[in-house]
Amino acid sequence: MIPYIIPSEGTNDLGHDSDLSLRGNGSQPVVRVKNLNVFAGEHHILKNINLEIPRNKITVLLGPSGCGKTTLLKCMNKLTDLYKELKVSGSIYIDDDDILNAQGYIPEIRQRMGLLSQRPFPLPMSIFRNVSYGIKLKGISDKKLIAHNVEKYLREVGLWEEVKDRLNQPATSLSIGQQQRLCLARGLAVKPHIILADEPTSALDPISSKIIENLFKELKKNYTIILVTHVLRQAVRLADNVVFMYYGEIIEQGPPERLFNEPATEKLKEYIYEGN
Amino acid sequence: MRKRKQIEEAIFMFLLRVSTYSLIAILAFIIVIIFVKGFGALNPDMVLKTPKGGFYYGGEGGVLNAIVGSLYIAVGASVIAIVLGAPAALYINVHLVRHKRTRNVIRYLLDALWGIPSIVYGAFGFTLMLFLGMNASLIAGIVVVALLITPIVVRTFDEVLSTIPIGLHEASLALGSTNTEMAFKVLFKQGLPGFITAVLLGFGRGIGDAASVLFTAGYTDLIPTALDEPAATLPLAIFFQLGSPIPEVRERAFAAAAILTIIILIISLSARILSKRYSRSNIR
Ligand SMILES: Nc1ncnc2c1ncn2[C@@H]1O[C@H](COP(=O)(O)OP(=O)(O)OP(=O)(O)O)[C@@H](O)[C@H]1O
Ligand SMILES: [Mg+2]
Repeated sequence: MIPYIIPSEGTNDLGHDSDLSLRGNGSQPVVRVKNLNVFAGEHHILKNINLEIPRNKITVLLGPSGCGKTTLLKCMNKLTDLYKELKVSGSIYIDDDDILNAQGYIPEIRQRMGLLSQRPFPLPMSIFRNVSYGIKLKGISDKKLIAHNVEKYLREVGLWEEVKDRLNQPATSLSIGQQQRLCLARGLAVKPHIILADEPTSALDPISSKIIENLFKELKKNYTIILVTHVLRQAVRLADNVVFMYYGEIIEQGPPERLFNEPATEKLKEYIYEGN
Repeated sequence: MRKRKQIEEAIFMFLLRVSTYSLIAILAFIIVIIFVKGFGALNPDMVLKTPKGGFYYGGEGGVLNAIVGSLYIAVGASVIAIVLGAPAALYINVHLVRHKRTRNVIRYLLDALWGIPSIVYGAFGFTLMLFLGMNASLIAGIVVVALLITPIVVRTFDEVLSTIPIGLHEASLALGSTNTEMAFKVLFKQGLPGFITAVLLGFGRGIGDAASVLFTAGYTDLIPTALDEPAATLPLAIFFQLGSPIPEVRERAFAAAAILTIIILIISLSARILSKRYSRSNIR
C-alpha cells in the first residue's frame, strides 16, 4: 500500500506518489478479463468476454447503447453484487487478484480502482468529508494528514481554488461539473491506479467536459484509465487503445489509428459513420 | 376546445383545493373543540400537579402523573425502536439486496405486525406478564409499546432507504466501504431525515395509544420512580375522566387531550426542523 505522507518543506507535494507507476510489472496488463459471462435471467448480457487492459493507457470502450459497456465496467469492481438479477461468471484479475472470486478483501481490491459514473453521486456530507471519506476508510486518522491529502486531491482535479472557502458546505451545493470533479478527487484520494469512467462527461457542459478530458490526459501518466464514451470525437482525442463492443461481445480492439481509419468489421464501420 | 380545457382545469383545481383544505379544516376543528371544551380546566395545576384526594370527583390536582408516565413510555419505547429499527432497516436494504425472497417475506411480516391492533399487543403483553409473574409496570408498558411501534419505524425507514439511488451504493462501495460501512456511514446519513420521520410516526402512535398500556402499564396517581412501578398515561387519563358524570372531570379529560395534542405538535415540529437540517447535504 502506498503510504500517505506530508512532504517536508520545499518539496513539490502536488506530484504523484512516485511509486505509483512502479506497481507490478511495467508491461503486464493491469486488468485481465477471462471468460466473463453475465446473465440477467435468459438475457445473455456479456458473452464470453476476454480482454486485457494495458497499463498507463486510456482504453476506450465503444459500442451502441445496450451492448454491455456499463455492465463490463461494473463487473471490474464487482458492483454487480448490488444487482440481484445479474449472474456473473468468469474471472477478472486486477493486478494478480481475481476480484470476482476473491473472498473477504473485495473492498481492498475495489480501492485500486476509482469510479466515475455518468452522473455524479456525491456522498451526503460536506465537500471536505467527501474526499476524506475514502482516506479514513484506509485507516488514516491523523487530522493534519487527512487535511493535507484532501487539499492535494482537490488541487489535482483543479477544484481547490473554487471550494477552499466552502469546504464544510454540502457537496450537493456544487454545480454538476464541480461535483463530477469532486467525485474524481474523492476516488483519487484512496490512491487507486485504475480509473473506471462511465460516460463521465455526458451530463456536463463543453467546458467542464474539456476539464475532465484534460485531467485524463494528465492522469494517464500515473493511472490506467478505462473510459466508456459515446462521443466519438472524445474517443479519438483520448484513446490509446479502443475496444468496440456489440451486443455483449467484443468485436474489434486495437490502437485507435487502425480502428478509426480502417475498421475491419461492417459494424464498426457503420458505428463510426453514424458517429460522424 | 381550448375553452373546454380551461373549464376542466378550473373544476379540477377547485376539487383539489376542496379536498386539501377540508382535511386541514377537520384538523383545526378537532383542535378547536378540544381546547374549547378543555379550556376551563387548562390551568398550571393541570400540568404541574398530580391528582390529589377527590380529584376524580372534581377535587384538586392535575395530570402530571399521566404526562410524565406517557413521556417515559413513549420515549423509552422510541429508544428501543431506534436501537432495533435502524439496524433492521439497514440490514434489509444492504445485506439482503441479493436475497429478494427473504426480503419480501420480512417486509410482509413487518407490514402484518404494523396492522395488528394495539389491543392485541396489550393482550399479548398481559399474558406474558402473567406468565412471568409481573405486575403492571412502566417497563411492561415500554416493552409492549416498543413492540407496537418498532414495525412502524422499520418499515417507514425501509421505504426511505429503498428509494436511495443505486448510484450512491455504487459510489460508496467503489471507495472501498464494506457493506456495513456503507450502511452506517452513507445510507444512514442519506436516510436520516426519513428516519426522523419514522421515529416521529412511532412516537406519535406510542404516546397516543390507550389499549396497549391499559393492562401493561396500569394506572396510578403517582409518578413512577422505578421501572417496576405502574405508570399512568394520558390516553387512559382521558378515557377514565371522560366517562365521569361530573362536568368538571369531563372538562379535565379535554384538557388532558389538549396537552397530548400539544406534545405531539411540538414533537412533529421539531422533527420537521431536524429533518430539514439533515437533508441539506442529501443528493436527490
Ligand atoms: N440489472 C440488470 N437487469 C437486467 N438487465 C440488465 C441489467 N443491467 C443491464 N441490463 C441489460 O444489459 C444490457 C447492457 O446494458 P448496459 O447498461 O451495460 O449497456 P451500455 O452499453 O452501458 O449502454 P449505454 O450506452 O446505453 O449506457 C442491456 O440490454 C440492459 O438492458
Ligand atoms: Mg452505460
